[in-house]
Amino acid sequence: MGYPGSYRYTREHEWIEVGAGKIGITDYAQSTLGDIVFVDLPKVGATIEKGKVFGSVESVKAVSDLYSPVTGTVVEVNEELATAPEKINTDAHGAWMLKVKIAEPSQVDALLSAEDYEKYVKEETH
Amino acid sequence: MATTTQDLAAGKLFEGVRHKVQSHLSQNEALVFEKSSPGKKAYKMPPLDVPAVDPQSLLGEAARADLGLMPELSEIEIIRHFTRLSTWNYAIDLGMYPLGSCTMKYNPRVNEFVARLEGIAEAHPYQPESLSQGALEVIRLLKSCLLDITGMDTITLQPAAGAHGEFTGILLVRAYHQSKGNPRHKIIIPDSAHGTNPATAAICGYQVENLRSNSLGMVDVEQLERIVTEDTAALMLTNPSTIGVFESEIHKIADILHAKGALLYMDGANMNALVGKTRPGDFGVDVMHLNLHKTFSTPHGGGGPGSGPVAAKKILEPFLPTPVVVEGELGADGRRLLRLDYDRPQSVGRVRMFYGNFGMFVRALAYIMANGPDGLRQTTEDAVLNANYIRKNLEDLYELPYRTPTLHEVVFSDRRQTQKGVKTGDIAKRLIDYGFHPYTTSFPLIVPGALMIEPTESESKEELDLFIDAMRQIAREAEENPELVLNAPHATRISRLDETRAARNPILRYTPPADKPR
Amino acid sequence: MRYLPKSPGERIEMLEQIGARSIDDLFSTIPQEYRLERDLDVPRQMAESEIVDYFRNAASKNAAGYTSFLGAGAYRHYRPVVIDSLVQRGEFLTSYTPYQAEITQGTLQAIFEFQTMICELTGMDIANASMYDGSTGAAESVSMAVRVTHRTGVFVARTVHPEYREVMHTYAQHQGLEAETLPFGDDGRLDLASLEQRVTEETACVLVQSPNFFGVIEDIPAIAEIVHKKGALLIVSIAEAISLGVVRPPVEADIVSMEAQSFGVALSYGGPYCGVIAAKEKYLRQMPGRLVGETIDTQGRRGFVLTLSTREQHIRREKATSNICTNQALVALMATIFLVVYGKEGMRELALHNLAKADYAAKQFSSAGGARLLFATAPRFHEFVLETAETPEQMNTKLLKQKVIGGLPLSRWYPELGNATLWCTTELNTREQIDHAASLLQLDSEEAFTRA
Repeated sequence: MGYPGSYRYTREHEWIEVGAGKIGITDYAQSTLGDIVFVDLPKVGATIEKGKVFGSVESVKAVSDLYSPVTGTVVEVNEELATAPEKINTDAHGAWMLKVKIAEPSQVDALLSAEDYEKYVKEETH
Repeated sequence: MATTTQDLAAGKLFEGVRHKVQSHLSQNEALVFEKSSPGKKAYKMPPLDVPAVDPQSLLGEAARADLGLMPELSEIEIIRHFTRLSTWNYAIDLGMYPLGSCTMKYNPRVNEFVARLEGIAEAHPYQPESLSQGALEVIRLLKSCLLDITGMDTITLQPAAGAHGEFTGILLVRAYHQSKGNPRHKIIIPDSAHGTNPATAAICGYQVENLRSNSLGMVDVEQLERIVTEDTAALMLTNPSTIGVFESEIHKIADILHAKGALLYMDGANMNALVGKTRPGDFGVDVMHLNLHKTFSTPHGGGGPGSGPVAAKKILEPFLPTPVVVEGELGADGRRLLRLDYDRPQSVGRVRMFYGNFGMFVRALAYIMANGPDGLRQTTEDAVLNANYIRKNLEDLYELPYRTPTLHEVVFSDRRQTQKGVKTGDIAKRLIDYGFHPYTTSFPLIVPGALMIEPTESESKEELDLFIDAMRQIAREAEENPELVLNAPHATRISRLDETRAARNPILRYTPPADKPR
Repeated sequence: MRYLPKSPGERIEMLEQIGARSIDDLFSTIPQEYRLERDLDVPRQMAESEIVDYFRNAASKNAAGYTSFLGAGAYRHYRPVVIDSLVQRGEFLTSYTPYQAEITQGTLQAIFEFQTMICELTGMDIANASMYDGSTGAAESVSMAVRVTHRTGVFVARTVHPEYREVMHTYAQHQGLEAETLPFGDDGRLDLASLEQRVTEETACVLVQSPNFFGVIEDIPAIAEIVHKKGALLIVSIAEAISLGVVRPPVEADIVSMEAQSFGVALSYGGPYCGVIAAKEKYLRQMPGRLVGETIDTQGRRGFVLTLSTREQHIRREKATSNICTNQALVALMATIFLVVYGKEGMRELALHNLAKADYAAKQFSSAGGARLLFATAPRFHEFVLETAETPEQMNTKLLKQKVIGGLPLSRWYPELGNATLWCTTELNTREQIDHAASLLQLDSEEAFTRA
């Protein structure tokens, strides 16, 4: 599974699609988590901070924190995930969790490109 | 493909056959609520010998109106219900549990008998001390035995389980450092450790520093030396490690920590490899917890109760949870009476009410008495012999990622089998068809696709051979007929359950159908 | 050794196969300097009859043949014999945590039934049996409330069992929480005025016990109103589970933390017991410990599984480790059987017996000249507080001579209550025993009266 070139990535396995400010988790992340059963997300209007926990994703195995790639305000939450969290398993790069208004666009530059992220994942799984 | 008696005779029982009819004693058993009917009774109270009371007038608004759908059944229905349910469980009494680090050994029956003796089962924790000398003596003797087994100076029996013991142990570490004026903030934990170790450290407010294992799956001593500072409170270590290897450099490890004033905490989950052969207190451990429900044979009972005593060196004694059993004044028979000492100004406090899982102390002590020093030593030797026997007989078919000598458990990896798409979890499920409980899957993390096997001393050579035979057969199946393994188990009353569905739409209690009145 | 299923010949055979000369070869990784060369200092190997003798002897030194009026968080109730017949079946006793659902449906279905009955009894939506006991359950409930509200203020009523409060203090310390104590009034209940005054928008939770440590039933609806007004959670701790047979459930609570020892679990000098946490549906994902959920197998048959992993063990997603299940399965099974034996009618009748015995005893004991019933105005279940002219030590010494264990002295925790003692009567205390104790108390007070 390829990682979309237009996205940027974090070492905590989140992706951000800069144009619309969409955030989700990568395909690698969903594969290690297993069947996702629940996603805990902030409300519209909440502020999220780069590097800080903004929610969690729960699989049958465990609960995992979600770390924000950028600082910003939540403008939309994907309501579909409340009733169909499995969409993250079937289409991780399409199933966005939040739409964020990015406060500092320059933060995005510090994130990994698709190529760098792919390399990082390979190292992790050696 | 139907099974015939000839197939059974030819030993072809499990070849490619999926059982449709579940030949089981108890096919179905409804919930008690579904069997309930108003007016059925299983109890009878003796006549009330004091004046009856009207709850309404005594309790007023606090009186209860209704008991909802609490069931109503007769005694035979209750006996049948739970007896039938019990036939759906696997248990040590039926066969081996090769679960790594769980130490699923025989639960001796005399333990159950003595725990139920009237003076023991009915002892109230607040009885006067003068009338509790029997209980206090049991506590004292168990403590004494566990201290000699661990090589430690002081011990608390208060924690209710292993994780609770870890929590208590780390509290002791914290209190110690605080008393020395440097509270310290970090705890080092190897990446091979069990998940509760970092969780416990975090709950106690410490920052967890990860220690990567070396190429042998053991503590990287050089790396350890680099990361231990005056800000390190402790290293939490399991020894033997979770891959069953004894940390031969343990003294260096202890020295490095002690040189910087840090403490060595040992997770005692693997004590079954050490009892009577070596003692943690002798090789540098400062504080450790034990699991009475692992090493000391108290029953798992479907998941608990356990007991997690914490043993420590003298420096940690002032901080033990309150109360502590001590000797008091001389009794009429010339022996010292035992009493509970609550005057412990530096204590970390209580970690639970009363004194600990006393019922488990009784069982553990009975186990120690049934063994004696020679029995305990032989037990450890047999546990290690059994694990090595399994290792020797499976290492040609299953990959051994670390070739270091192992003690009471062995960890294989599913690397060879994954080439055909078969993973450790699948092999584990297929093992059920052969009449065994699965081993521990996917742990420790330093072994990808782990198969963690600990037979314990309770397995005869015959059982071990059956287990080895099953594992060898499954390895063959993974090569020649992977589907059989991937869709296992086939021979259980119920097949793989949908865990995802259970988590996505949790149904956590019975609710009567809409048409049935409450 | 009779627990070891190997003959000397088999050991030799196995060693040969492994390629070891002796068993010591297998321990070669233990450095020589740490090998224990002596026998462990433990009692020598004993025959089964000797083990039984030892414990019989120990048991005889534990208040054998005494009448007891002790309660205070551990209660003496009759245990139907079917409980031990069933839980001693090897398939229950020696089974492991039900991670492998296909071969543990017995344990799982029983836990599901337990969860259901606890919900029915407490008025909550969800329940589990994952806590070690009532005291650690209370501490965990507080943590849960803090997680839910993201606030740090914690209030605990002084009428909560003192040892529960000690445990909560130990736990709260590391979470940077400071639990403040709320006083009780003359009626032995939580002082509502004080509660109203002190709860703020920073309060995560208020924890009360009902029936409380004095046996008094708290005014849960009134407390709930005050607590909820400030957006805090109400945690109700129940130490005497039998009370739920006749006392209304604390339906206004957000979390109920219970000690289920009264449901067929032996006193056993303080443990093992059975801690339960129950809560409203909306707190499901903050519930500690594991739950059993209903599902189906590949053939569509109903079955049960452990579900919703514990939330304390937050782990990074690259490292999915297994979670430990610290549930109290066997004692919970005892409670399940107990509840089914008594059932809907029995739970009520049993509770009524307890209520009646205590009502009678309280009247008898306090009609003696020197003894006064404290907190007499509030509703009680089966415990009550007596204040005597004599000190508790003097009173209890006299009672012990007659093989009666009297009430628990309270001055250790409530010095302001003077010579107060806490008494409990259950369905097992006969009228004879109560009358006898009353006459002994009468004797004490008359002597005290003449002396004064």
